[in-house]
Amino acid sequence: MELWFSEFHAPDVKHSIRVNTHLFSQKSDYQQIDIFDTPAFGRVLTLDGNVILTERDEFIYDEMITHVPMSVHPGIRDILVIGAGDGGVVRELARYDTVERIDLVEMDPQVLEACRKYLPENASRLDDSRVHIYFDNALRFIRRCKDQYDLIIVDSTDPFGPSEGYFTREFYGSCYNALHDDGIMVNQQGSPFFEHDAQAMQRSHQRIANIFPICRVYQAHIPTYAAGYWLFGFASKKYHPIDDLNAEKWLALHLGTQYYTTKLHIGAFYLPAFLEKMLMEVEKRP
Amino acid sequence: MKLNQNRAPIYEALQKFRSMRVVPFDVPGHKHGRGNPELTAFLGEQCVAVDVNSMKPLDNLCHPVSVIREAEILAADAFGAAHAFLMVGGTTSSVQSMVLSVCKRGDKIILPRNVHRSVINALVLCGAVPVYVNPEVDLRLGISLGMQREQVAKAISENPDAVAVLVNNPTYYGICSDIKAIVKMAHNANMLCLADEAHGTHFYFGEDMPVSAMKAGADMAAVSMHKSGGSLTQSSLLLTGPNINAGHVRQIINLTQTTSGSYLLMSSLDISRRNLALRGKEVFSKVIDMANYARDEINAIGGYYAFGEELVNGDSIFDFDPTKLSVYTRDIGLAGIEVYDILRDEYDIQIEFGDIGNILAYLSIGDRPQELERLVSALADIRRCHETDSSGLLSQEYIDPEVVTSPQEAFYARKKSVPIEESAGLVCSEFVMCYPPGIPILAPGERITKEILDYIEYAKIKGCSMTGPEDPDILHLNVLE
Repeated sequence: MELWFSEFHAPDVKHSIRVNTHLFSQKSDYQQIDIFDTPAFGRVLTLDGNVILTERDEFIYDEMITHVPMSVHPGIRDILVIGAGDGGVVRELARYDTVERIDLVEMDPQVLEACRKYLPENASRLDDSRVHIYFDNALRFIRRCKDQYDLIIVDSTDPFGPSEGYFTREFYGSCYNALHDDGIMVNQQGSPFFEHDAQAMQRSHQRIANIFPICRVYQAHIPTYAAGYWLFGFASKKYHPIDDLNAEKWLALHLGTQYYTTKLHIGAFYLPAFLEKMLMEVEKRP
Repeated sequence: MKLNQNRAPIYEALQKFRSMRVVPFDVPGHKHGRGNPELTAFLGEQCVAVDVNSMKPLDNLCHPVSVIREAEILAADAFGAAHAFLMVGGTTSSVQSMVLSVCKRGDKIILPRNVHRSVINALVLCGAVPVYVNPEVDLRLGISLGMQREQVAKAISENPDAVAVLVNNPTYYGICSDIKAIVKMAHNANMLCLADEAHGTHFYFGEDMPVSAMKAGADMAAVSMHKSGGSLTQSSLLLTGPNINAGHVRQIINLTQTTSGSYLLMSSLDISRRNLALRGKEVFSKVIDMANYARDEINAIGGYYAFGEELVNGDSIFDFDPTKLSVYTRDIGLAGIEVYDILRDEYDIQIEFGDIGNILAYLSIGDRPQELERLVSALADIRRCHETDSSGLLSQEYIDPEVVTSPQEAFYARKKSVPIEESAGLVCSEFVMCYPPGIPILAPGERITKEILDYIEYAKIKGCSMTGPEDPDILHLNVLE
């Protein structure tokens, strides 16, 4: 018998992973949650049939969305993490002793429960005393916050489902408002390759660029995401992602990452020509 | 409700029709979509296959005897009416048929000035003469309210020959007059009571809602099923009470209604009526919860005022529709129409309308909490980015119209076009309004004043979409010679 999980990366492109066992399947108030055990990628979490993470390649995403801002801003103490119910982002952030508070806002408690049970390595630091978990709609949570955070990490699912609100101008505006004067927002910005994703990426980049004075995009290679090619947005009120990188200080921490390096940090901001063009198209301010 | 509301006769007949695979040698010429593949690809085969013509198994809207008649009986039962007419020309056609059924040339009809244009259009068609009851205006919000009982009583006693009183139940903003008392006053004076319930479908099904026109004893009501009821755009219902001759109303409807009634629209009315009858109570209680939540959240932002039941004063605001989410925006220094435009242009959020002082977000059976969070957050963000000094914004006051001639006389009279700035003092022969909400600033037969011209100019500057006059740029107005 052959059992395969398949996901459309585009209407005419399908990505399949062979499955050993379907470990978990539940419909929450927000989405369909599934966890598979697979020979190639270990355990795989999917929401509404989209791969969110796999044990084998999650380190790329979780390291790139956290260590890039952490090595730029010299004094990050208060962090807001949106989405990220699997705990991988929190696990990376908890490695910094200087961090004092990590507020995690996840709308779906069942994602968190499932990950605690089936992805214990990712969820390993969710019980850290600095971590405060709020089950809430992040749009609602964040519009009550003003001048509270040094860093906001938006680890949402794609913009075509329950996370749609986290790709909007009102959301990014609320993030700006919730950050200190030298705050940074990093978000997962999708893939630029297939048309549907590319348009969504452009739209969210445009919205962020209209709000934050510094707005750059960086890339990483993530095998199980669409086209294996993923982008992150770096939006900041003060710090420049390359000019303000403090490599020495970060290296002195000896965090022992598997993907992120300070050289890769700089390289990740150098983008292919087609992508530069796509970003430039929407950066022209009205 | 006594009948089996699980039934949906038109829907069932269409299902059956589809399964019979009838060969069409009748109109429409697209023949179940085959003749128009692009349209079929766009709308879907399911949809175009039931875009069919009247025929024996599907009945005929002009003279219903089978499934349409059954659907109308079920609708009447669900709405507590003696008779219900399925309408396919929008609630405009319901309102016009309602007015035309009771008024003829020269008859007087008592109505508030903040009626929808379709009411005054009906007066242009039939030649009846409006007697306006000034709705009180909330000076802070700048909106017209309901009719006060005393004002209605005065209009009735001054015009004992009037044939009917028309009530908005509710207004676009969700404000209700004391319709029960008005029905009683009208009936005591041998007048009929008509209700424009374009925004009141849910009153028939939700709990803790203002009273519906039929329950209040009104004689006719035009009900926009496609607004809060969930049916397709342009479908509507006309309800009548026990004192109305349904056969006469049918004749009036047939004067202007199409003889090719759309089965898409009719089946949507049938299915929506069934849904509301079976699940309306539960569905609208969720809508009220969402609206109340949004009001609290918007009021917590500061600067905005999302108004609600606290406005109720027992008379001009006899009751308030809790599903309406209206927000007063002037205190953040933006006109409602400006917030309306910013929401669409910068936040991809389309709301129902903005006027000078307020916006209205229409909440209904299709809404979900996550979209409401977007709306609330967008309003918070607009305040953060745009808040300015609010002085210098014009407030919107009720302008008491001077009716010089009947709308029909003015509309058909010899007229000339004059530059709008030279029109003060003359009698207008056409409508001027912001659309939406579609409540005339000037109606045919009314005197133009400087005050009205100032208001039009201001609304134009703020970006209201103005309609009515022959001159689309509204630089000229047609006036009586």
